[in-house]
Amino acid sequence: MHNKTIADLAKGLRSGEFSSVELTQSFLDRIKQHSSLNSYITVTEDLALQNAKAADAIIASGKAEWLTGIPVAQKDIFCTQGVKTTCGSKILDNFIAPYDATVVEKFNNVGTVMLGKLNMDEFAMGSSNETSYYGAVKNPWDTNTVPGGSSGGSAAAVAARLAVCATGTDTGGSIRQPAALCGITGLKPTYGRVSRYGMIAYASSLDQGGPMARSAEDAAIMLQTMAGFDAKDSTSVDQPVPDYLAGLNNSLDGLKIGLPKEFFGEGLNSDVAAMIENAVNEYRKLGAEIKEVSMPNLKLAIPAYYVIAPAECSANLSRFDGVRYGYRCENPADLTDLYTRSRGEGFGKEVKRRILMGTYALSAGYYDAYYIKAQKVRRLISEDFKNALAEVDVIMGPVAPGVAFGIGEKIGNPIEMYLSDIYTIAINLAGVPAMSVPAGFVKGMPVGLQIIGNYFSEDRLLNIAHRYQQVTDWHQHIPKGFE
Amino acid sequence: MALTAGDVKKIAHLARLGIDDQDVESYAKDLSGMLDLMTQMSDLDTDNIIPMAHPLDQVQRLRSDEVTEQNSREKFQAIAPQVEAGLYLVPKVIE
Repeated sequence: MHNKTIADLAKGLRSGEFSSVELTQSFLDRIKQHSSLNSYITVTEDLALQNAKAADAIIASGKAEWLTGIPVAQKDIFCTQGVKTTCGSKILDNFIAPYDATVVEKFNNVGTVMLGKLNMDEFAMGSSNETSYYGAVKNPWDTNTVPGGSSGGSAAAVAARLAVCATGTDTGGSIRQPAALCGITGLKPTYGRVSRYGMIAYASSLDQGGPMARSAEDAAIMLQTMAGFDAKDSTSVDQPVPDYLAGLNNSLDGLKIGLPKEFFGEGLNSDVAAMIENAVNEYRKLGAEIKEVSMPNLKLAIPAYYVIAPAECSANLSRFDGVRYGYRCENPADLTDLYTRSRGEGFGKEVKRRILMGTYALSAGYYDAYYIKAQKVRRLISEDFKNALAEVDVIMGPVAPGVAFGIGEKIGNPIEMYLSDIYTIAINLAGVPAMSVPAGFVKGMPVGLQIIGNYFSEDRLLNIAHRYQQVTDWHQHIPKGFE
Repeated sequence: MALTAGDVKKIAHLARLGIDDQDVESYAKDLSGMLDLMTQMSDLDTDNIIPMAHPLDQVQRLRSDEVTEQNSREKFQAIAPQVEAGLYLVPKVIE
């Protein structure tokens, strides 16, 4: 049951082959059996079974939608009413969210089953899931390696069949990079496509929620539920949501694919590069035309990001002050001590590093040199995407420069860790949508192909990914021990 | 550009962020490394470029001035570290 797609599961539920309670129980059993992966922070067993019973009633009444009764897990960055929502941090270890994120509400509205809350890098700051207060997540393909991050729990859980699919969020690659490293399909939508209400903020002008699933079709089904305008999110975009399933099988004949030479230079593992070339050749067979494009400012994406994201994070995380919710230090001497120690004891090292960086970049005398400069560079990077996407329909390249690295290998060197996000970060600065699609293996570890499109072209990206998955089976491989 | 331990302490104070004395040097080193990365940007001429604050260059959406949220004080204070009579308690600020 746990290897079936959402579409197959939905059919099975409707035909009465199995119930949502049975399906949910089988996933709960698997989660227990594979708890050593550490992909879940909280398993909501009772709630899941209640959800499943309710879903079975909806299915029996003939009102089921695609996701009704399907066991899904939420990244622990999404607020879930009455359920602990930690964001991977000690500072929120005691936080029971008083309301649901819009994304969670949308899943609830269609009768989805919530299995629990997934592990993640603390406040989504990290590329390896090692900054979580709840410990590192293991990659099911090799448990000595990281699953990527920050949505590492989501990617590991979906790859290990501990959830049918999961939500993720992506500020600089946090959906795509773990999806690539765990061999699943992930989509970062256009900025503003999915509501950020109730999604704990890291860098508000970059954060975007999206689906993490085992195929493009499953991701399309998820996005159909997740996307849409939300008055509660002031940056939500008021644009109609297309039918993401309708065009999945559209022909790719004449599709123009751009390969930026900056994506294939120094630093890219040659075996990974070969896998990406194979994938591009597959697209050639499907009728696509390949063209080289240039994005000269791409190399500045990392410096610009590490000003803008920390600046926004230092402002966003100022709300964690030990007064209204979350962790408070013992016996504060005065109000300053209360703030300083609650935050000092509640946040981990990577979060502190970014708060410090952001505070510095925004402080008097440095604001123009760093923050304004980075915003100007951001515009130039975004122009690079506009120019390239005027010539071609989509841009393709690797998601990450290599496959999953060892747990503990990079955590001591933050700058090296930041540099590994070179292919994903620019996309968030521009705000365009991008996917990670399984495209092969290097020494047994998954490689992800990145497909980047123009604003609001999620339907086209899903179509392009789906057609590839019709002629390849990389997305169907299962890590050993999780069959 | 290199930050000193003193700079780090000053920034930490601005952020009201407690950091252990033994970690100050390593933060100084890490932040200096990040600032080195950022010098790459200074070579690029950005004189006539408009800073980009929002990917879609949207402006803040306005709504009509109507009450949409009900008072949820009790619900919100149920998760607060310390409350009394509907108030959040903090250490004494005024003597």
